[in-house]
Amino acid sequence: MPAPSDRQYTQSHEWIKIDAPGSATVGLSDFAVKAIKDIVFLELPAKGAKLQALKPFGVIESVKAVFDLFAPASGVVADANTAMQEDFETLSKDPYGKGWLLKLSLSTDPLPPLMDSVAYDKFCAESHH
Amino acid sequence: MFQHPYLPATPEDVALMLEKIGAASVEELFKPIPGHLRLKGAMDLPPHLSEMELKDLFQGLADRNKSVGRLESYLGAGAYEHFSPTVVRHLIGRSEFYTAYTPYQPEMTQGVLQAIFEYQSCVCALTGMDVSNASLYEGGHALAEACLMARAHTGRNKVVLAAGVHPEYAAVLATYTHNLETEIVQAPLAADGRTDLAALEKLVDDQTAAVVVSNPNFFGCLEEGGAFARIAHGAGALLVASVEPVSLALLKSPGEFGADIACGEGQSLGISLSFGGPWLGFIACKQALVRRMPGRICGLTKDNRGQQGFVLTLQTREQHIRREKANSNICTNQTLLAIAATIYLGAVGPQGLKEVASQSLQKAHYLAGLLKKVPGVGLPYAAASLNEFVVRLPRAASRVLEAMQAKGILAGVALDRFYSGRENDLLVCVTETKKKAQLDRYAAALTEVLA
Amino acid sequence: MSIERLIFEKSAVGRRAVVFPELDVPALPLESLIPAGQRRETPLGLPEVSQQDLVRHYTRLSSRNTGIDTQMVPLGSCTMKYNPKINEDMAARDGFRNLHPYQDDSTVQGALEVLFELEHWLREISGMDAVSLQPTAGAQGELCALLVARAYHDSKGRKPRVVLVPDSSHGTNPASASYCGYTVETVNSLADGTVDLADLKSKINENVACLMMTNPNTVGIFEKDISTVAAWLHEVDAQLYYDGANLNAICAIARPGDMGCDMMHFNVHKTFSTPHGAGGPGAGPIGVKKHLQPFLPVPRVLKTAEGYHLDFKNFPQSIGRIRSFYGNFGILLRALVYLRSFGGDHLADIAKGAVLNANYLQALLAPHFATPYGTPCMHEFVLSLSKQKRDKDCGALDFAKRLADHGYHAPTIYFPLIVPEAMMIEPTETESRETLEAFAAALIAIDEEASKDPEILHAAPVNTPVGRLDEANAARKPVLRWTPGIS
Repeated sequence: MPAPSDRQYTQSHEWIKIDAPGSATVGLSDFAVKAIKDIVFLELPAKGAKLQALKPFGVIESVKAVFDLFAPASGVVADANTAMQEDFETLSKDPYGKGWLLKLSLSTDPLPPLMDSVAYDKFCAESHH
Repeated sequence: MFQHPYLPATPEDVALMLEKIGAASVEELFKPIPGHLRLKGAMDLPPHLSEMELKDLFQGLADRNKSVGRLESYLGAGAYEHFSPTVVRHLIGRSEFYTAYTPYQPEMTQGVLQAIFEYQSCVCALTGMDVSNASLYEGGHALAEACLMARAHTGRNKVVLAAGVHPEYAAVLATYTHNLETEIVQAPLAADGRTDLAALEKLVDDQTAAVVVSNPNFFGCLEEGGAFARIAHGAGALLVASVEPVSLALLKSPGEFGADIACGEGQSLGISLSFGGPWLGFIACKQALVRRMPGRICGLTKDNRGQQGFVLTLQTREQHIRREKANSNICTNQTLLAIAATIYLGAVGPQGLKEVASQSLQKAHYLAGLLKKVPGVGLPYAAASLNEFVVRLPRAASRVLEAMQAKGILAGVALDRFYSGRENDLLVCVTETKKKAQLDRYAAALTEVLA
Repeated sequence: MSIERLIFEKSAVGRRAVVFPELDVPALPLESLIPAGQRRETPLGLPEVSQQDLVRHYTRLSSRNTGIDTQMVPLGSCTMKYNPKINEDMAARDGFRNLHPYQDDSTVQGALEVLFELEHWLREISGMDAVSLQPTAGAQGELCALLVARAYHDSKGRKPRVVLVPDSSHGTNPASASYCGYTVETVNSLADGTVDLADLKSKINENVACLMMTNPNTVGIFEKDISTVAAWLHEVDAQLYYDGANLNAICAIARPGDMGCDMMHFNVHKTFSTPHGAGGPGAGPIGVKKHLQPFLPVPRVLKTAEGYHLDFKNFPQSIGRIRSFYGNFGILLRALVYLRSFGGDHLADIAKGAVLNANYLQALLAPHFATPYGTPCMHEFVLSLSKQKRDKDCGALDFAKRLADHGYHAPTIYFPLIVPEAMMIEPTETESRETLEAFAAALIAIDEEASKDPEILHAAPVNTPVGRLDEANAARKPVLRWTPGIS
């Protein structure tokens, strides 16, 4: 599945979509959920938690691997999609839609360097080999 | 040529194998080791022995020990001589169990996995907790890991110990936390042999990760677990309860009195004393702490045929996956002893465990009653006890022990082994293994020794 | 279908497998002895079964399990060698089994002699100056030795805070370093499987406390430059830790102490034949050089004119206690029985047999599977099944599962992490030539099966009591204890 062009991506496979000035949605890319394969655990921060750009905010696990989730931007967690902590199927099948992870109230800091969808797809294709 | 019985390769085999490998000699295979690193000359070691010689040698060494079977032992202090039903040793001697590897290939090791699952179930039942792991090394290690769990969970760095925590367990905790910026403080003992709760409460603050209570405590006295839970939880700390499993047949379980983590030594569940090991550390916790649990955990699942089966689970907590971020560094544990404890509990059942606990209790109180009447002997603590109690002697306990040993009795553990200033105090333990006549003989012998 | 119900499901109220004698002292009412608020109020929840049902249950469970006594278990880095029966018999002697740890030293002279003798053996084998038998397992040995290293640095007023580990290292290495308050840095491996010396050298500085090395390393290659590495480390007073996981390859052939290592642990359940016990117990004694000796844990076993005794008090710089009592005595005893059976004169036969067997098995398999590190190997070798994965859609896991159908426990798979589709094989010295040939034939036959019909492997195992288990679901919705109605 090609990465949607309406959002930006980190090298650690999170995406961020600016919904309105100062607010954004954050999730995990399709490439990442496919690579993890059998997701067994997801840990998300609580509402109100302060995130720092490119610092870990949560954890996702398969049976025999652990991956930190990194914040694509600094901000405060306005909402967490805790339903995904029980529903790994939706997370795997619709990571850009119903499988979103966080709503962020962005800080005034500029976004860190991120990739657009074209660059991200290329990045994934290269890391595959 | 000498052919060792554990080595199958005959000279003919060696020749055939070398030919296939394409090497001229076995020596050639060691070429990757540079010459200057090769061992030169012989080591200072005796020559090999046949099985007959080994038997003689080690039987001779065994004979130089006086076992608790040959002497009458009243030693406890964390190591208990309980009767272990014959079936335990027979079943644990099944070599499909003891020669097996860790059950990472679950299809080939369902027997061990199921036994671990049953063990976890037994530990949860006894302790009143939700989750048990597959075992830790021993009671002191279990206590240290429990405190490290509390530290990680609360993000705090202080541990407050009740007065009667086993001194060796406290020492292990100190070693484990030495480089982890953790403060350990211990509450004093009150006059009745229990922890001074008011003093403990003052030590607990908003930096306290865990309050640790031992029940019964090291001096044999019963602590009031609920009071510790109120103090710990009032400060946002966790309560760690280090408990003796046989006592749980009679006493409120950690779950009932509000502990968050229960831990302890499982040796009393049918495991032989073996001079201190191998034994069984157990640990169990409330559901909310499951992801902080150290070590292996077995879980129930289904196979691709729809059948029930067991696997090691939640492995991402462990060192082989999370490496430096793992909950603990433990890998090898004490599985075989966990299975032994499970078989023991299955053998005695709930009625048997109660009987072991209550017979030990009754016999201890009978002996305490006799000793109270021995001139010069006192029982310093007023608090309720189970099967262990402190006796205050009119002179140094170590000298009294020597004299009692000469009469074939290991009369107890002298407390000056652990605490200076307690030269006259003796910790005496009685289990169901003692008969009335032996208890009478103990009292008579002590009377004689002190006369 | 082949379900063995849980012991709890075989329970009926009132059954029992053992009874106790009548109480022969006057019974006091329990209520008078235990205060009301401290009595248990909930049922014990333990199974109630007859003796035969108990025996049959656990015998049947044992039959649903495999061990060294039932088949070859060629797990790499695990050294699954034969566990001699005489060891078990000796450990079961009343004079060893029924000793209380707080008995007076005068009543346990034989036991103390066992410990003292074993320390001597381990010093000789390792080339170290002092040994502590305290640590319960290899990982606790690692932690213990790192605590010793830290105490040593502290005593010199130095505060190095980094432990280096190779990328192929066992997970306990970094985990133990963390428990000791150290930061972990990883050193890269080269294509030949050895440590990248340039990378290592660039990472050695005043802040390095220790490097942890396994030698032969986890891919079965001897790190021949270990003495050079030791010299580099010693320039900054960093310590070289020898992880004894693979000592079986070099025991009585070469000694860590002579390589420049400052400290090490032994896995007696690997090298010295004590049973793995389905995951434990083991024992993880440590050996150290003279400069680290004052920091070893207490108690120490000493010999004086009056005999052996345990000393707690005369080691003021000791790190303290690493566990209660004195180590896994029963396991340590088994190790000494094993060592005495080989003696100093035949101890080297063990490593020779182990290395010969590994090389022979590798020679049998090399025409069929990729051996990324070439030959010769030491006591173990690694295959990479990435070609099988690519061409036949059958990876290391599928081969491992299918081996069960052929009557073998699988080798270690997916470790070390640096080899794709790794299969790490350690036959040990106790397997016969015929067994090795049969194992190789099985693995080759499975490769042919994979060519014909990969589904055979994907469906495997089919001859075991259960098929492939759903590990994902076990982790998603953990069921970790029995409650009525769970199964």
